[in-house]
Amino acid sequence: MIATFLIQDGVTNGAIYALLGLALVLLFSVTRVIFIPQGEFVAYGALTLALLDGGKVPATTSLLVCFGAIAFLFDLWSMRRGTDIRTFLRSLALNLVLPGVIYGITIVLAPLDLPSVAKALLTILIITPMGVYVYRIAYRPLADASVLVLLIASVGVHLAMMGLGLVFFGAEGLRAEPLADDNYTIGALMVSAQSLCIYGATIAIIVGLYMFFERTLLGKALRATAVNRLGARLVGVRTHLTGVTAFTLAAAIGAVSGVLIGPITTIYYDTGFLIGLKGFVAAIIGGLASFPITAIAAIGVGLVESFSSFFASSYKEVIVFGLIIPVLIWLSLSGGFHEEE
Amino acid sequence: MKIERLLPGLAGIVFLAIIPLLPVPPFWLTILNNIGLASLVTIGLVLLTGVGGLTSFGQAAFCGFGAYTTAVLSTNYGLSPWLTLPLSLIVGAATALPLGLITVRLSGHFLPLGTIAWGLALYYLFGKIDLLGRYDGISGIPPIEFAGYRFMSDGSIYYLIWFFVIAVAIGAKNLLDSRIGRGIRALRGGGQAAEAFGVNIVRAKLTVFVFAGVVAALSGWLYAHMQRSVNPTPFGLSMGIEYLLMAVVGGSGHVWGAIFGASIVLIMKDVLQRFLPDLIGTTANLEMVVFGILLVVILQLARDGLWPFVLKLLPKRSARSLPTSDDRLAKRTLAPAGSSLIKVEKARKAFGGLVAVNDVSFEVRAGQVVGLIGPNGAGKSTTFNLITGLASLTSGSVFYEGQPMTGDSPREVAKHGIARTFQHAKILPDMSVLENVALGAHLRGSAGVFRSFLRLERRQEATLLAEAAFQLERVGLGAYRDRPAGDLALGQIRILEIARALSADPAVLLLDEPAAGLRHGEKQELANLLKKLREEGVSVLLVEHDMGFVMGLVDHLVVLDFGTLIAEGKPADVRKHPAVVAAYLGGVA
Repeated sequence: MIATFLIQDGVTNGAIYALLGLALVLLFSVTRVIFIPQGEFVAYGALTLALLDGGKVPATTSLLVCFGAIAFLFDLWSMRRGTDIRTFLRSLALNLVLPGVIYGITIVLAPLDLPSVAKALLTILIITPMGVYVYRIAYRPLADASVLVLLIASVGVHLAMMGLGLVFFGAEGLRAEPLADDNYTIGALMVSAQSLCIYGATIAIIVGLYMFFERTLLGKALRATAVNRLGARLVGVRTHLTGVTAFTLAAAIGAVSGVLIGPITTIYYDTGFLIGLKGFVAAIIGGLASFPITAIAAIGVGLVESFSSFFASSYKEVIVFGLIIPVLIWLSLSGGFHEEE
Repeated sequence: MKIERLLPGLAGIVFLAIIPLLPVPPFWLTILNNIGLASLVTIGLVLLTGVGGLTSFGQAAFCGFGAYTTAVLSTNYGLSPWLTLPLSLIVGAATALPLGLITVRLSGHFLPLGTIAWGLALYYLFGKIDLLGRYDGISGIPPIEFAGYRFMSDGSIYYLIWFFVIAVAIGAKNLLDSRIGRGIRALRGGGQAAEAFGVNIVRAKLTVFVFAGVVAALSGWLYAHMQRSVNPTPFGLSMGIEYLLMAVVGGSGHVWGAIFGASIVLIMKDVLQRFLPDLIGTTANLEMVVFGILLVVILQLARDGLWPFVLKLLPKRSARSLPTSDDRLAKRTLAPAGSSLIKVEKARKAFGGLVAVNDVSFEVRAGQVVGLIGPNGAGKSTTFNLITGLASLTSGSVFYEGQPMTGDSPREVAKHGIARTFQHAKILPDMSVLENVALGAHLRGSAGVFRSFLRLERRQEATLLAEAAFQLERVGLGAYRDRPAGDLALGQIRILEIARALSADPAVLLLDEPAAGLRHGEKQELANLLKKLREEGVSVLLVEHDMGFVMGLVDHLVVLDFGTLIAEGKPADVRKHPAVVAAYLGGVA
């Protein structure tokens, strides 16, 4: 009985880790960025939803406007040696008008008592463009840097985003209302509607990603960039566009994860980091390359976590993060020695 | 050493020494103490990350090991801090060694991720262990005492901290400027070349890893006795990230940059914590945001950190004169002419279905110059790599003086007296020409980490450098001795590689296309040099495309085509061999 409960708990958390792991694999394979701040999107998403539940205008909207304004300044700076009017207008629309519109919509809608699905969608709408701006501000100027430099930059972005989370949301934890309150009993198992949402969303996103990569031209361009950046450029793929797309998808997945996890646990400004790192463990087991292995590994991480929190609760984190080291050794040894590349 | 070279350092020390005597606000001393403690960790990180290329986010954990060791021993068992100092350092080393053994085997970006993983795991561990007081930590740690004097105040422990900082910084500089240090500096981008001259790469990585761990433990020991209490917070991942930030800000390749970076970050932190809350009206630790942005901005705008800008402002120091040495390095006794040196027997290398080297057999005898020729893709360089241990044989064997050396690593091959150059030159562009050549003499020195750290190996080092300078003169690059090797033209770099190989005192020289990129006159000089080496009894095996160069030089010629040996013999005979003519000019139907 306890075992089934632990398994259910592990699978639910694992499904969230799977979403994060998939986003990390997606980002790494397209942009070579090891995106430590993925968890921050989750925290932002969950906290935004919780504030919307309270009928408040979440601080993330002002943050979004700030991000957009900074990205616009970056664009202006790179346009300082002359540009055409279309590029300028596109930048204006993407970086200033879009966040402005989202800000306006949120101000109008927040005080109304929206159905929870609408609040969830609004949350995703607020968080997703942040991916675009984070890429523009932090990573695009570093597009040709080594993986290590990008990783250190990611740590910087993580610090900044976590700190901003603290400034905008405060140190108090928040818990969102579930998307649906119902509970179903299947035999001895009690399943909440929220966990069904989580399973459904995870499967939908996995299928969606599969369709995107297999069936659309943009998806194929992303795959081409992942395999060979220079080669993709030579055949006309705009690698900056693929970078933006990957970050947008990652931010959207992060927001969805936040919406899903917000109602089942209390989220603080720094919770995202730990959740994200667990997605990381899964992504690393998948070699930062394989979507299916990552998804399966994420479920495994969820299970290890739920069982170790039952049997050795105080060592839960030690076990989960210690687990990653043998995996890294195995990956390093099987990947051969390619230090000079 | 000239006095003017010491002057900036002495001025700095005097300046540091008088600060506490001046009427400065007391919090200045607190900040300076914190800077000193952080500098210790950052110096280790500079060696590890900036020089060695191993990015670690977990250094704070080693501070924890040092701090907790002394905290437990001095409170529970009443041990004197002076007794716990060596113990703290030993615990630092003892934990760094196994962690390092695991970590340095991680490749590429898995390495920093690994340090994040154990950095986090150790932090949680510190907070869970009863002996370490769980998250509350340990308090009531005694202050350091010396001859009845207790280092209680900020102003007194200041001297202790900065004594260690300066000692460690000088030691780290010494270490980098030594035989061991050249191996460490080769870790980033020059691993293969260093290994081909006998540097044990894994050991060099472990050396810096343990060094960084030990100095972090030293910082932890000082911290525990300054703070008089410890808890897990300063040993977590976020401090580990902050240390890395200091190293990046300072300029991750510079030892003094570590102190500079630590100063900037900690002074900024203090200013932000003091003034930002008033300005913005929140008490949140905004310095996190600023640090994150700072890290990204430095990487975007000044990837080598800020210390190089400071160096530009400082007056340029005169180039160091080469130390003179009366000792000469012992020379290897060479095998009698005509005896078998390298014997390749049915060597085979297959990459999947492609057979790059197909059961090739040939021999290099002492005192011979043997040419290995063949069209592009014939398997010449692969054969080279099979002999030098860079690639593993699929089947067959390689003998050296009759002893099998199949499966030997490049390092073991180097020990036999086989020195090589690379087809794609592998030099260390930031190191001086002289130091690049001295790397070749690695196996002829013996000084270890401790002697290098304490600068006790100067006599031997001078001999090594003198040998390198001699070889540079010999190949005609003497004028470029102190220039960074990256400044040289391609042809000169090839010659530099030959000088490096010569300074290993080789019995056999393996040259991979040495004449490529050389002008006619330079080729002639190279040919003369190789002839002279032959007279001295050194054997040479060379891969070359320039037929005029090869034909006039070699005693014996081996021709490969599509991985198969198609002819061998005297140059004049081989030239007429129908299979060779067919391979080079196309077959006659």
